[in-house]
Amino acid sequence: MNHISKSFPGVQALDDVSLRVRPGTVHALMGENGAGKSTLMKCLFGLYRPDAGEIRIDGRPVHIRDSRDALRLGISMIHQELLPVPHRSVMENIWLGRFPVRRLGPLSFVDHKRMRWETVQLLERLGIDLDPDAPAGSLSVSKTQLMEIAKAVSYDARIIVMDEPTSSLTENETAHLFRIIRDLKRNGTSILYISHKMDEILQIADEVTILRDGRLVGTWPASELTTDLIISRMVGRELSQRFPKRDNQPGEIVLEVEGLTAADRKSFRNVSFTLRRGEILGIGGLVGSRRTELVEALFGLRPLASGTIRIRGQAVHIRSPADAKLLKMALLTEERRATGIFPMLSVFDNTWISCLSRFERAGVWLDEKTGRKAVGTLIETLRVKTPSLRTKIRDLSGGNQQKVLLARWLLTEPDILLLDEPTRGIDVGAKYEIYSLIVELARQGKAVIMISSEMPELLGMADRIMVMCDGRVTGILDGRTATEEAIMRLATQFSD
Amino acid sequence: MNRIRNVQDFVSEYAIYIVLFALVAAIAAYDPHFLSLTTLRDLLLQNSTRAIIALGAAFVLISGGVDLSAGRVVGLTAVLSASMLQAEDYPRRFFPDLPQLPVWLPVAIAVAAGLLVGLLNGWIVARFRVPPFIATLGTMVAVYGANSIYFDMEPNDSQPIGGLRDDFTALGTGSFAVGPYSIPYLVVTAVAVSALVWVVFNKTRLGKNMYAIGGNPQAARVSGIRVGANLLAIYAIAGALYGLGGVLEAARTGGATNNYGNMYELDAIAACVVGGVSTSGGIGTVPGVLAGVLIFGVINYGLTFIGVNPYWQLILKGLIIVFAVAVDMRKYANRQA
Repeated sequence: MNHISKSFPGVQALDDVSLRVRPGTVHALMGENGAGKSTLMKCLFGLYRPDAGEIRIDGRPVHIRDSRDALRLGISMIHQELLPVPHRSVMENIWLGRFPVRRLGPLSFVDHKRMRWETVQLLERLGIDLDPDAPAGSLSVSKTQLMEIAKAVSYDARIIVMDEPTSSLTENETAHLFRIIRDLKRNGTSILYISHKMDEILQIADEVTILRDGRLVGTWPASELTTDLIISRMVGRELSQRFPKRDNQPGEIVLEVEGLTAADRKSFRNVSFTLRRGEILGIGGLVGSRRTELVEALFGLRPLASGTIRIRGQAVHIRSPADAKLLKMALLTEERRATGIFPMLSVFDNTWISCLSRFERAGVWLDEKTGRKAVGTLIETLRVKTPSLRTKIRDLSGGNQQKVLLARWLLTEPDILLLDEPTRGIDVGAKYEIYSLIVELARQGKAVIMISSEMPELLGMADRIMVMCDGRVTGILDGRTATEEAIMRLATQFSD
Repeated sequence: MNRIRNVQDFVSEYAIYIVLFALVAAIAAYDPHFLSLTTLRDLLLQNSTRAIIALGAAFVLISGGVDLSAGRVVGLTAVLSASMLQAEDYPRRFFPDLPQLPVWLPVAIAVAAGLLVGLLNGWIVARFRVPPFIATLGTMVAVYGANSIYFDMEPNDSQPIGGLRDDFTALGTGSFAVGPYSIPYLVVTAVAVSALVWVVFNKTRLGKNMYAIGGNPQAARVSGIRVGANLLAIYAIAGALYGLGGVLEAARTGGATNNYGNMYELDAIAACVVGGVSTSGGIGTVPGVLAGVLIFGVINYGLTFIGVNPYWQLILKGLIIVFAVAVDMRKYANRQA
């Protein structure tokens, strides 16, 4: 790809970026959110058309107008947002758009027998354990991701783009993916690999290209790079520390949970813990350990079968998020796009939406002036990078969207913050800022629950770490003495 | 390069207004007499009730739903109000012994009936999670049935209701004078309703919540918005607006039958969509909806004015609906980042 440029209204997303990928190598593409990685890949896959620049494959210039062109040219892609057709089977999802057919005169019929056979062959070759007939919607997130990986491989593509393929994979599954990647390499396939996880990059990549603010920083052999080097080139400055100094003081108990069991019995069972004022309680565990379900239930999004929740000593029944809000709780969900932002609304509306009654005058009018002042101050304190309060939130980067969502909840002046993977899909620089904010909130006396799948994050941030496995609490560790091994042991207590 | 993009942005941002202007200009070029105060007055008169109904439909569309019951609610409330507001000396009265009620009472009863149907829609959608299309398809059919039973009662026997009182029809046909101009009450009502709806959309909690629910219902729930209660209010207001539209339609035409308002819901949805309201929710403005209503109004009135076969008008309407949405989709597709 040579001299690719692409702009969106108000944003120069890519500015004269060139990228060369050798056959049979893994080429990592790195950069903060908004650096243009996904945009560049979408240009390659025909989802966007670049404003300038050219793409050559084997030295021949090609025109990629849509994803069909890309697939025809041997480029396939695992998208960051997984898009399965939920009610159709795994095999139909894999062969979507190119079902094997059997011809009968002028008619052609989908050949289910061959499709199943080829699916079984494919999954066996990749060592992925999936039922070809299971509806895609019934799969867990990590299984869905494995299905997408199988699909991308099934095109026999020469170039496979993997945009954050491991975001929902467990460590075992990630190792499995790496084995698949090494096999593909051996067959001469090139992989373009996008990830925020440094250790993964250093482990699997042959070459690393770093982008910053839509511009090319450079390309280096992975063997010449270290985590610190990558980070400093990504953010353009040295990052001395990955986590802020914690000076919060845990105080009296504000939240007490006893014997909490979900109405859906397959979910979490018999969960008990306490949370103190000014404390950061980390929740660790593998994907599927039902941590998200637990905080959603605390927030009134899921029904409970039994157990008690006490807030400031009072037993409470939380039937909806509106109830939870009245009890001064806040929930930052894991899926920013699906359950967080209102993409078409402004930064301002996105922020004050959960707090409108406070700005209502005479029971009718909204006092926009006061609202703007309050939101403006908060947006400034959180250092959200936005052209104005009127800007639509979908035009902000992931990290800034996350800060706006945090602002939304801070505006409600909560005592208890439930944060579900608060730094997921956010670039390194913004992560540090979010960490600092969380510590500052705890210092102000707010009680924080933070779910995280990144163990260094738990160790760096939490006063105590509660580990869950298969819907049960397997242990609560002291944040100062806990180790990754200890967390991992508790997180896998009931598996295998 | 940048200037071209600005022009493109401008065109797609204001496409509906440009189309409206171009239509008027084209008709005027063909027959300059089109540009007159009479035309303007007729145009506004003809489209006032449609605007009120379209604004009701916009409430539901922006919240992420769709309301097919609008037209049949118009029929119901037209019949209800007309049946209680016939002149005393009219020979075939719906209620032969009904005393002369003050005008506001039957009007209020009819609007309340519309509101009740809206509440029912909202309740079905919010409580049972029935998709709005299905819920309102159900009430659309049932409301027509109920209205027809009422309309068929002795002694009316499904006869068109006529002989409406002058003080009632004045709501639809009367006007007051400002200097040399006569301003129809109906237009004033429509303007007032539009202003009120604009305030609700932009300055109230309900309006903000409506955009949020339409834009991302999951996020709205997580944000602590009481989605069900808001939907109930949204469908109820929409129903009340259809109700008002029905009453005014009876007053304007001086009569009512159970088939009044038939297919108005589609006209209302078409006007909204052409006016930039997204059928997937979360997007839409009052000026846009009004422009959408006027575009169809100009097509109806203007093409008849210059003597174009009415069937051609239908084809042009169809083209405009599809064209408008295509332009809109392009606008959003371009920006998808």
